[in-house]
Amino acid sequence: MAAVSMTVNGKAVTGDVEPRTLLVQFLRENLRLTGTHVGCDTSQCGACIVHIDGIAAKACTTLALQCEGAKITTIEGLAEPGGKLHPMQEAFREHHGLQCGYCTPGMIMSALDIVRRNGNNLDEHTIRDQLDGNICRCTGYHNIVKAIEAGAKAMAK
Amino acid sequence: MSATGIGAPVRRKEDFRFITGQGQYTDDVTRPGETRAVFVRSPHAHAKIKSIDVGAAKKMPGVIDVLTGAQLATDKIGNLICGWMIHSKDGSPMKMSAHPALAATKVNCVGDAVAVVIAETIAQGKDAAEKVKVDYEVLTAVVDPAKAQAKGAPQIHPDIPNNTIYQWHLGEKKDVDAAFAAAKHVTKLDIVNNRLVPNAMEPRAALADYDAGTDNLTLWNTSQNPHVARLVISAFIGMAPEHKLRVIAPDVGGGFGSKIFIYPEEVVCLWASRRVKRPVKWTSDRSEAFLTDAHGRDHVTHAEMALDANGKILALRARTIANLGAYMSTFSSSVPTYLYATLLSGQYNIPSIYCEVDAVYTNTAPVDAYRGAGRPEATFVVERLVEVAARQMGIDPADLRRRNFITAFPHQTPVIMAYDGGDYNASLKKAMEMADVKGFAKRKREAARNGKLRGMGYSTYIEACGIAPSQAVGSLGAGVGLWESAEVRVNPTGSVEVLTGSHAHGQGHETTFAQLVSERLGIPFENVSIVHGDTDKVQFGMGTYGSRSGAVGMSAIVKALDKIEIKAKKVAAFMLEAAEGDIEFKDGKFTVAGTDKSAAFGDVALNAYIAHKFTGAELEPGLKETSFYDPTNFTFPAGCHICELDVDIETGKVDIVNWTAVDDFGTIINPMIVEGQVHGGIAQGVGQALMEGAYYDAAGQLVTGSMMDYTMPRAHDLPSFHVGLTETKSPSNPLGMKGCGEAGAIASPAAVINAITDAIGTENIAMPATASAVWTALQKLQAPKAA
Ligand code: FES
Ligand code: FES
Repeated sequence: MAAVSMTVNGKAVTGDVEPRTLLVQFLRENLRLTGTHVGCDTSQCGACIVHIDGIAAKACTTLALQCEGAKITTIEGLAEPGGKLHPMQEAFREHHGLQCGYCTPGMIMSALDIVRRNGNNLDEHTIRDQLDGNICRCTGYHNIVKAIEAGAKAMAK
Repeated sequence: MSATGIGAPVRRKEDFRFITGQGQYTDDVTRPGETRAVFVRSPHAHAKIKSIDVGAAKKMPGVIDVLTGAQLATDKIGNLICGWMIHSKDGSPMKMSAHPALAATKVNCVGDAVAVVIAETIAQGKDAAEKVKVDYEVLTAVVDPAKAQAKGAPQIHPDIPNNTIYQWHLGEKKDVDAAFAAAKHVTKLDIVNNRLVPNAMEPRAALADYDAGTDNLTLWNTSQNPHVARLVISAFIGMAPEHKLRVIAPDVGGGFGSKIFIYPEEVVCLWASRRVKRPVKWTSDRSEAFLTDAHGRDHVTHAEMALDANGKILALRARTIANLGAYMSTFSSSVPTYLYATLLSGQYNIPSIYCEVDAVYTNTAPVDAYRGAGRPEATFVVERLVEVAARQMGIDPADLRRRNFITAFPHQTPVIMAYDGGDYNASLKKAMEMADVKGFAKRKREAARNGKLRGMGYSTYIEACGIAPSQAVGSLGAGVGLWESAEVRVNPTGSVEVLTGSHAHGQGHETTFAQLVSERLGIPFENVSIVHGDTDKVQFGMGTYGSRSGAVGMSAIVKALDKIEIKAKKVAAFMLEAAEGDIEFKDGKFTVAGTDKSAAFGDVALNAYIAHKFTGAELEPGLKETSFYDPTNFTFPAGCHICELDVDIETGKVDIVNWTAVDDFGTIINPMIVEGQVHGGIAQGVGQALMEGAYYDAAGQLVTGSMMDYTMPRAHDLPSFHVGLTETKSPSNPLGMKGCGEAGAIASPAAVINAITDAIGTENIAMPATASAVWTALQKLQAPKAA
């Protein structure tokens, strides 16, 4: 077992983990932050995406120990403490960008990284292209693309 | 239409928890003292188990127990079953093999579970599973359904010769043969409906908790139909009496059919929990999901259509071999029979149809219903035949369809179904306008200048949804009735809970069902909660599949609401001191006809519970009503999808440039949700047509066993879709609904393949039409020239 400490959604956390523990396991099982999901075991689906020091990463392909001292943001950390939703969360609801909701946390975290990389004025082609690391089986992406476009715009306000 | 009533694009109630990471999926649920199950699975497709040695595994750190199939048998845990009886042409019943939840003597597909490790953590369980020693005697496998019945093919189940489950047929062969003999034109096609892996994004999971104090078992699992799971696990598998078993299907991350079925893992978790007296959780890896979730489709078909000189269809015949895999999954037998051959009339007036289906065992994962289940296979046969026939006869494909559309209803097809209504010309016309078919030739010329071959393909599909009434499905072999139940509980404060036997795993029932109740009772949408997915709360229900929640589940709610209104009027009559017959109910208000005396819904609810004003004994306090609703017929959603695409001459890559869908789903409760269902369905159908395919090698190894090998559509593989609606109400249920969940997946594969073959000028191309397959086809045509 090894000690690990990091900041998750603004809170300092520590844990005692096996070296092989994945970040996603640490978040889900140790911290009970179950909003980050696991959809595959080959780093293909993006259900597990979180932000590590502000950059999107697949928590299923990251060891918890690699995140020593890092600042992690998960889907649970996006809304304001008072409960006000992040504009990207709001856009997913407004544009029906989710059905079963399983891919959704990863989609939203990925969307924010697309905005970080490309700015607030996103066209359909850019969104579709850059959503390459996320799979949704329910929506056919149509409304996810619309949601991201609108969410990105709303974030500029 | 009110802002939250029927027809309004109300934003979903369920979304808040999902977008904030607060959904509760099965793997998110934990119980104190929870242990983890890790399965030891066969690496061989076909082998005898000579011995299993769990000694070393049991000594591993964190291991609580290691259990095998022999112990399962000793504890008299029954086999998994298939619940739909099909009889062969000769009258003999289908041949269902034994299917133990843990194989004890023989494995029949890669991934067959032979033992389970119960450990403190997953990591410890996995370490221990590697120490379980299984001695196998490997046998020759058969994986190709077309070879399963051949002489000399390995026999998978000792008591089932030729690996043949049934040889079934439907229709009048004599009539069909006569029509073919007299036909001016015959179109023939060989079709493989490719095997698919459903891949709901949430992997299957089960958490079983045995309470030794009460002898009760609770199972949380990823189920589309928790009541059916409880019934089967209790009555057939004999795990526990029904009243001692509670099944909860909490938030479920997509199903598409694959979570209808009863699987070995949930059975083993329940059994193991009782043995180790601690909660036992199993969550599938995606790799396990590829090996053990029921797959879909996998038909090999030869189909023929006979037409007269004017392009009038005279007859259709099809011979299909359906691969059901190593074991018969819960509803597998119905998919290539009554959900398939009964739809071979499509939208067309076809005087005679004959279909023969052989279902076979192979050393592959079980195959069962996947979005559309039988109806995509039927639509693909019909729509490919029609398209190819039109081209062969030099008739415009839209025109040939029109010449054969059914226009008078009710229409009895030669294959059981009685279509109750629809307007196929209307959806075709609207789709052709939306897709700008008139401008296609010009667009094709422009595409050619860019080195692209442009094609257009139609699919005018029909499906049968609701999968009801019970009497009809019972006569076809279903082991269950396919009605639905609803209970409406009005609280003293006037808020309402609706308990439904339907189950949502992405469909948005918490929103659409509340829209119905809000409109009907005239109460705010926010005051309605939908309760589902827990056998302790909802008494019984059949769950969600076959696009049945609207047509059947919501109809049950309507019936219960009717009863609520009747009872509430009695209460209002006492309150308003009027005759019951004089009470009118509108917009949430009870009024004495012709007066201004009225009572609000909330006041009536309160009085129903206070009951101070009830005189005489005939009126019981309370306001709660239950309904079990059985429809009078299937529903028949239908429509037209048009796919326009470009084929890159250099690479064979297909690029869908425009997709038009015009569907008739009857009454729409929430157009936003309906459109979302259409989008998702199209994506899965396009996936089947262009990229998805499960492949086993000759030894029975799944070579497409991960998301790196099995390609599913990503955002950049798909365009935005143009979705339109036409509306004819279903006469078979009180709301006039038809169902929208599967249409996209049913319609789209044929539209894509019709478009590709149009673009490159071939008659046929197999699915998935990957870039390499299209490129190969292009090379075979001499020197393809852009038109
Ligand atoms: S779970 Fe991380 S990419 Fe699929
Ligand atoms: S909403 Fe279900 S997987 Fe995306």
